[in-house]
This record gives sequence, C-alpha cells and structure tokens, in this order.
Amino acid sequence: MTQLPLRAQLASALGRSAATLSRMTGRGDGSVIGGRVGLLLEPDLLRKLARDRKLALVSATNGKTTTTRLITSALLELGEVATNAFGANMPAGHVSALSQHKGAPYGVLEVDEKYLPEVLDTTGAGVVCLMNLSRDQMDRAGEIWLLAQKWRRALSGKPTHVIANCDDPLVTWGASTAAKVTWVAGGQRWKEDSWCCPECGGPLDRKDADWACRECTFHRPEPQWALDDDVAVDPRGQRWLLDIQLPGLANRSNAVMALAVAEAFGLPVDRALPRLREVRSVAGRYTTVERDGRNARLLLAKNPAGWLEAFDVADPQLPIILSVNAQGPDGRDTSWLWDVDYRILRGRPVFVTGERRLDLALRLDVADVPFALCNTFSEALAMQPPGRVDVIANYTAFQQIRSEFGRAV
Amino acid sequence: MPSDSALSIVWIYPDLLSTYGDQGNVLVLEQRARRRGIETETIHVRSADPVPENGDIYLIGGGEDRPQILAAERLRRDGGLHRAIARGAALLAVCAGYQIMGSTFGGEEGQPVDGIGLLDISSSRGPARAVGELVAEVDAALGLPTLTGFENHMGVTHLGPGVRPLSRTVKGIGNGDGFEGCYAGHVVGTYLHGPALARNPALADLLLSWRVGQLTPLDDSHYEALRQERLSTVMQP
Repeated sequence: MTQLPLRAQLASALGRSAATLSRMTGRGDGSVIGGRVGLLLEPDLLRKLARDRKLALVSATNGKTTTTRLITSALLELGEVATNAFGANMPAGHVSALSQHKGAPYGVLEVDEKYLPEVLDTTGAGVVCLMNLSRDQMDRAGEIWLLAQKWRRALSGKPTHVIANCDDPLVTWGASTAAKVTWVAGGQRWKEDSWCCPECGGPLDRKDADWACRECTFHRPEPQWALDDDVAVDPRGQRWLLDIQLPGLANRSNAVMALAVAEAFGLPVDRALPRLREVRSVAGRYTTVERDGRNARLLLAKNPAGWLEAFDVADPQLPIILSVNAQGPDGRDTSWLWDVDYRILRGRPVFVTGERRLDLALRLDVADVPFALCNTFSEALAMQPPGRVDVIANYTAFQQIRSEFGRAV
Repeated sequence: MPSDSALSIVWIYPDLLSTYGDQGNVLVLEQRARRRGIETETIHVRSADPVPENGDIYLIGGGEDRPQILAAERLRRDGGLHRAIARGAALLAVCAGYQIMGSTFGGEEGQPVDGIGLLDISSSRGPARAVGELVAEVDAALGLPTLTGFENHMGVTHLGPGVRPLSRTVKGIGNGDGFEGCYAGHVVGTYLHGPALARNPALADLLLSWRVGQLTPLDDSHYEALRQERLSTVMQP
C-alpha cells in the first residue's frame, strides 16, 4: 500500500487510539468510535484508506457478517485481509477496519444495504457480493424495492464486478445494471417479498428455482455457479462437496457466494474451500455456551427470512428457547412476528423470553404452539434438562445472551 | 370461490400489500372464529387474480408506495371488492390499504394517485413519517376498548362527511387531525399494524359479529397480557 497523506495518517492513528480506549474501558469493541474519530479529523479518510487495495463489499438483508467472514477466511490464502468482522457495517466501521490493517493488500467489508451506494462510490471497490433482500426492521430501514433501485443506480457505469444471487429476483434486478455480473444460484427460501416483478410489477411465475415475469421480459439469468444441496457447482461444471462446519442451507449458500468471490480475486476453489471449512462460528452465531450442564447453541434471527433459516438449523429433537426484543437495532415494530410461520415448532418444548415475550406468546398461542413463558433467559435455561438446547434470538436479545456468557465468540 | 357454509375470509393481494405482519389479521380472525366453533375458509387473492365478491370478511394490508399504486389500479379494474362491499361484506383496510379506499392518496413523489372510492376519505403525503406506538379511544358508538397498535406511515388522511372517525388519538399521529382511522357501514380503515386485530381482539370480534351475529366470550388472557403491557409502557409519563 502507498503511504497515506500526513493528515490521513494522523486521523487513522487517533481513531485507533480511541478504539483502544473504548475497548480498555469496556464500552465496546471500538470499531465504531475509532472510525468516527478518524472521519471527524479527515472526512475523506475512507477513500484514502481504500486506495490501492483490492476490496470486496458484501451486502444483503441476511448473512452479511457470515459471508464477510467466509470471504475473508478464503482471501487470507492470498495475503493479509482487512475486515470489519464484528458487523460494524457503516463507514465508521469501514474506516476502523481498514485503519487496523493499514498494510493489508485485501479488504472485505460488510456493508449495510442502505450504505452500499455511498461506500461503493467512496472506496471504488472492485468486487461487490449481493445475496438477498427481504423485509427487515421496517420502522427504520428503507423499503427494499427502493434499496434495490439505489443499488442499480450505484452500480450503473462502474467497472465493478458483481457476484449476485440470481435466485432472488430483487437482488437480480438490483445487480443487473453492473458492467460485469457473475450469477450464483444460491437459493431463496423466503419468497414473500418477491411475488411481483421488480421491473414492471407484474406477477412472477416460478417453476422450481426458475422465475420469469408474466408481463415483461425480466427473468432469471443463467447462473454460472450453483448450490446443489451440499455441493457447489463451479462455472466449469465441476462439483465440490462443501462440507463446511457452519450449519444450515443458508450458510451453504453463503459459502458458494464466497467461492465465487474468491475466484473473482483469482483464488481457485481448491485453495479457497479448505479455508471456508475452518470457520466454526461468526461473532457468536452458532456458538454453544454452557451453564450447569446445559449446552445452548445460539442462533441469530432478525427478521422473517432469518427465522426460516434458523428453523432450518435448529434440531427438531431438542427443546428451543426463543427470545425477542424490540429495541432500536431490532426495529420497534414487532408485527414481523406474524410473518413467521411458527407451526414448525409444534411438538417441541418451547420456551419464550425477551423484552417482547408477550408479543411472541400471543403469536404462538394463535399458531397453536404450546410454550412456557419465562421472565429471563437464565430462567428459561434453568428449566431445561441437562443436555443440548437451541436458542433463537433477535439482535439485542442475542447480544444480551452473549454478554451474559462473556461475549463468547 | 368461497363455499356457502363456512365463514370466508378474503385476504386481498398478499403479494403486494402484506409488509407489516398483515397475515396476523387473517390468523387472528381464523383463530377467534375457530375457537367458537365457526368454520372458516381463507382465500389468498394474488394481484393477478379476480377478487371474489361473495366473501364475508375482506382484509387488505400495508406496503410500499409502488405496490400500493399497483394494488389501487388492479382493484379498480377488477371491481370485485366494490361488489362484495355492496353486498354487505366486512372490510378491514390497513395503512396503504386504508389510503387506497379513499378518493386519492400520495404516490412515490407525493403526487396524487386515484384511490378506489370505497370510503369518503382522501390522503396525501404528510410532512414527516409517523412511526411509533399509537393509543386511541374508539368512537363510543362502536363500544370497543382502547385501540392500541404501531403506526409507520407518511400519510395524512382527511375524513369526509360519509365516514366517522374510528377513534380519537391519545398518543400517536393516526390520520393527522387528532383522529385515527375511520369507518362507514361494515368498512373499517386504520393505520395500525401490530397487527391491529392481534392488539385489538374486540375489533376482530366486531368484524366477525357483523357477519355471524352475537359471539360467545373467549379466554383472552394472552391478548389481554399484551394489551396491558403495551398500554402501560406506552402511556408511561
């Protein structure tokens, strides 16, 4: 990397100091405050830090943090990688990530969906990875069709190479103005936000994974990569058994996206895949925590599509604890609970907790899913017999549980 | 087509307007009918399909600007909902679906877009987004307890003489004039998600009673616990 201008060097260094201070005083992991301080001193810091690096931006409604981690893990095969591993996915977090690895020739940045156009403009990233778009925290996030439209405008006229999931019609539409797109058939479980054509509003006809608008020419592009159960099929038709440690279909999809991104960086599958298999948990997700002989596996689900993915991972033989909050980062409107089909939990012992447990209790009652209401997570855990239990929590509920167990990663 | 014996619940355009847990209103109606031994039949009407006119209770939900405009165009062209209401069916219209029922509403750039004219209201884009919990006292003529829910919209809705306000707001914005929602005959409009019928089971029962007559009481402990928690949290000084 070339030398930063003096002002940017200073801004970057002061930002790192603030981050260290934040960590030492136990106020956070420092990845936001450090970047904020840096940006205050040098508003153009992100552009300067991004210059001369090979960058990938990763955005989606779900799976951003995990896919960022998988891509990072793969690219480590090529050299040092700067990344915002803990989900600080706005420009302050990007500044912080790049500051901490000033010499890294590669960068993999998780980017909030709304910030993607701005971050792409600022960093000039060469690769963008787009996985899925679905309803999420509607009281503060934007409407997803508008988001996709902003992606189109941001990608138009740039040389960016986009890796996009063509099984998601809205992502396909959002990516299709890019000069170069590698399409990945990554699957789409949650379909409730894509019954209509993003281009003209007409009905989308679906047959298996394929989809096409009944009224205009918009249709699913031919994929170069595909996920076939536990196998990644590369553009040459070669099949690779994924065999990753992260559980569930959604993570196998994330892994195929990561392999396609790795190849865009010149890293072949046979070198990338072993790196993906090393990833066991991501910022607390899929971690198992232990207390008094109870082993609780933590699953994060922030929106209806995320709950479907978590149900896919959860073991039907085990009891399950559900925890829901509605703080700012969760979205204060809990109406999304009614978009989730909880009937899959019938027959399992279900325990309900979190700050909005009464919303969830009514939801389960209406779905005829019996449950026990618990005032705290500890109470719910203590009610379990010794052994394994699955936990699904939304964002701040998940962080509260992690904190109780010392933020085990 | 709805059958003759069961109570038919028609969910209009879930592919366009079901962004805020609107399915919940369908599920609550089904549950409250089922627990009283009333057989129900639910019909999901996609926007490419005709709206049946012999249903009992119709529901239409909230959504983004563009689907809202598409839904209004298709409902007007289809005409099935108009015929159903003329036959005495009940309708609960929420948020974007509520605005559609009027003469006009605000489009993506705030431009006026034609509604379908089932309610004597007109909506436009307000100065700021109304987001948060809402509490309102329901029109005494309806005999319902306090209304609770969550609103998230940019609309301001003006009520004409052909409708009555559903409720007077105690907290929140609602229509923007001190009232929330409106009703006329068996048509109810509201800005409330929550979904509205999960947070206000008495409103669900009102819709049911319009079609099946007097209802037996239910064990509403889960509904009541949530209502009390929400109302006491929201009304905290």
